[in-house]
Amino acid sequence: MTLFIEQCLNGLQFGLLLFLLAAGLTLVFGIMDLVNLAHGSLYMLGAYFAATFAAWTGSFVFAAVLALAATLVVGMAVEIIAMRRLYGRDHLDHVLATFGLILFFDELVRLIWGPSGMSLPLPSWLNTSVRVLPGIDYSAYKLSIIIVSLAVAVFLYFLVMRTRIGMLIRAGASNREMVGALGVNIKLLFTLVFGLGAALAGLAGLMQAPILTVQIGMGENILILAFVITVIGGIGSIRGAFVAAILVGLIDTLGRAYFTDLLRLAFTKETAATAAPALSSMLIYLLMAIVLVIKPEGLFSASGK
Amino acid sequence: MSGWLSPRNIVTVTLLLALVLLPVYVELTGSRFLLTLFTRIIILAMAAVSLNLILGYGGMMSFGHAAYLGIGGYAVGMLAFEGVSSGFVQWPVALLVSALFALLIGALSLRTRGVYFIMITLAFAQMTYYIVAGLARYGGDDGLTIQDRSKFFAPVNLSNKMQFYYICLTLLFASIYLVWRIVNSRFGMVIQGARSNDTRMRAIGFPTYRYKLTCFVIAGTLCGLAGALLANHTDFVSPAMMYWTRSGDLIIMVVLGGMGSIFGPLFGAVALLILEEVLSGITEYWQIILGPLLLLVVLFGRGGIDGLLGKVRHG
Amino acid sequence: MADLLRVENLSKRFGGIVATDNLAIAIPEGELHAVIGPNGAGKTTLIAQLSGQLAPDSGQIHFAGSDITAVPMYARSALGLARSFQITSLFLDLSVLDNAALAVQARTGHSFHFLRNARREPELRDPARAALARVGLTARADLPASALSHGEHRQLELAMALASNPRMLLLDEPMAGLGPEESARMVSMLRDLKKELTILLVEHDMEAVFALADRITVLVYGRVIASGKPEEIRRNAQVRDAYLGEQEAVHGG
Repeated sequence: MTLFIEQCLNGLQFGLLLFLLAAGLTLVFGIMDLVNLAHGSLYMLGAYFAATFAAWTGSFVFAAVLALAATLVVGMAVEIIAMRRLYGRDHLDHVLATFGLILFFDELVRLIWGPSGMSLPLPSWLNTSVRVLPGIDYSAYKLSIIIVSLAVAVFLYFLVMRTRIGMLIRAGASNREMVGALGVNIKLLFTLVFGLGAALAGLAGLMQAPILTVQIGMGENILILAFVITVIGGIGSIRGAFVAAILVGLIDTLGRAYFTDLLRLAFTKETAATAAPALSSMLIYLLMAIVLVIKPEGLFSASGK
Repeated sequence: MSGWLSPRNIVTVTLLLALVLLPVYVELTGSRFLLTLFTRIIILAMAAVSLNLILGYGGMMSFGHAAYLGIGGYAVGMLAFEGVSSGFVQWPVALLVSALFALLIGALSLRTRGVYFIMITLAFAQMTYYIVAGLARYGGDDGLTIQDRSKFFAPVNLSNKMQFYYICLTLLFASIYLVWRIVNSRFGMVIQGARSNDTRMRAIGFPTYRYKLTCFVIAGTLCGLAGALLANHTDFVSPAMMYWTRSGDLIIMVVLGGMGSIFGPLFGAVALLILEEVLSGITEYWQIILGPLLLLVVLFGRGGIDGLLGKVRHG
Repeated sequence: MADLLRVENLSKRFGGIVATDNLAIAIPEGELHAVIGPNGAGKTTLIAQLSGQLAPDSGQIHFAGSDITAVPMYARSALGLARSFQITSLFLDLSVLDNAALAVQARTGHSFHFLRNARREPELRDPARAALARVGLTARADLPASALSHGEHRQLELAMALASNPRMLLLDEPMAGLGPEESARMVSMLRDLKKELTILLVEHDMEAVFALADRITVLVYGRVIASGKPEEIRRNAQVRDAYLGEQEAVHGG
């Protein structure tokens, strides 16, 4: 039972990380109608920046703040230099152009940081366990990921629901032309939104760095999941991204954990070990397929199409 | 037709001649490496030709086309592993399995449009990637070595590099010819009309879904054949063959070469793969150049290489 | 004379907006029936439901004696019901002749033919050329449709509707955006077509409507407020207030 609760917490933590990534993606897609494959590259940069700054400054928190700022800057730069020219164009153009950006960033990282990846050690003050429930100890670091992510989710909620910028974001998600017609500085809004998305991706990247990985290509692997979440949740909907992300995180984690045992009942240990992750990954795609067949615009579509 | 001596025709014929005469050149200069490179180019060109059918002519932006390369390849690989090395069994199985996957994936994906279609084809391709990576018996993540190439009856010997090159080249030409005939047929007109304006097609009386699905299956099957060839070429198959970034490579070839043109995918495959060779000779970090280059092509190079060769077409 | 098209109790809502409100129309064969009304009256929504693009919330549509309410869009043209679009909806990257040929192809059996060159099939090309000739586009046949002027686009729209050999045409503002000369040409073309086809004409151009229509239905907020011969409609006070009054003000009397 304790194991189950721990796995649920893991699923929650993974889901929240995915939410941070998917939120940026769905915002950019919903408001600027931009398919950004290079979103994963910003996630990767967040991790690399954090690892580098941590090595320089010795402080995890300081490094995290710097990394966040750096990713934000890179994100806005990318928006101004490249993304601006893509608005209004065919989605295929977006796919190709941002695919080109992925190639560029992967190589740039390899050039600067070398091919073998980096490591970011857990900050010592978080390298401990916390008693979350009677009899259940959970990693303090993972707990802090959950807390930070939830805080960001709440912040996003207030930003989108209660502020003027948020109103523009919501309006833009359902009707882009209107927002322009209202005389809002669209260019600035877009740059800010893209920057926000980049910062969210960078935050996800730097937070997972000590427990998962800092290596080239990490963005591509997780990007698919982020897209799946965006599709399931509904493009342009942060709420949808939240629900879908938690769902996906839980399914993936619990799947991995329990499929192995389930399969071992019928197959050999090695077969179960390799097949289990494959099957649990498939579950997520299966979920997306089902959602697309029943409700193609996603669970919480913003534009109500 | 702007005359037989149009730039497009000259470039096309020159390229085709060069491809036919390449092995002769290789024999004379002993540059085995060129033969290997161009065999690969031809096989991937065939995959690009199949993608062009649904993407360039059909407007179906599939981001999971590399899955069929993998499926065709693994059909050959798995059968070879189990001791079935006859090409007469392997290749038809590769075609059949590719067709079935394309039917299933297409049937579900074609219910969606636009970016949802892109995402769902991407997701299905990843699913097949994970399925194959999870097959411990066939190497999982590490891939599967193929001991012998597909056997047909003598004198056909796929291990003879020159023979294999010409077999691939013949199949490529056959694919291009097939796509050309399909695209200009009634079926092709429906596909092109659906790309241009799907709602109007349905309004005038075409149930476009079944035509698009058929097209999707044809393209997937053709790509599966390319996969079988690729497996023979590299004597190795791995899940990486169908990772989604490989699908991206195929899309680049089609777009670079010029979407919806007959020889575009061939131009694109040749251009991209040669560019990769040349650039990686210059610097280890060639993708840093390729990336922005792609961006520029998208922004400014409408119509790809085929478009550069002059205004098109028909009536 | 039997009704070729009969609509009963047709209703359609979009959220809080009632686009079609318990609408009934009956059109006998051979009639040119105009539907007019101010913007937002639901005219295009009506055509969308008649052609099968939109499913009504309730009501029935009968065509040539059978209930076609549930028949999907792609099957209606085979029954003889063809439609043109208010906003030009052509195959812009194909040639003008290809456009018309596709409309013909839709009516000539299935299209699972993979090898024969469709552009060389007289079965397809001849009726297509004939349809283009009807609307006066023969000279432009080999150009890409995108190269045509707006007026020629409207002509091509009509040609495509004709190419499928229909019994009835649903025309959604065929004069939209046409200048006086082009409009006059379109009116005379429609007058010719009237002799062989039944036509439902949605239009804003009042001159054309009164020149062509056998009967007129007036739609306001999705509801029929008047229906009858042109002279009756012209004299109808309600209609004048709701609609014609605006028009006269715009046209200066």
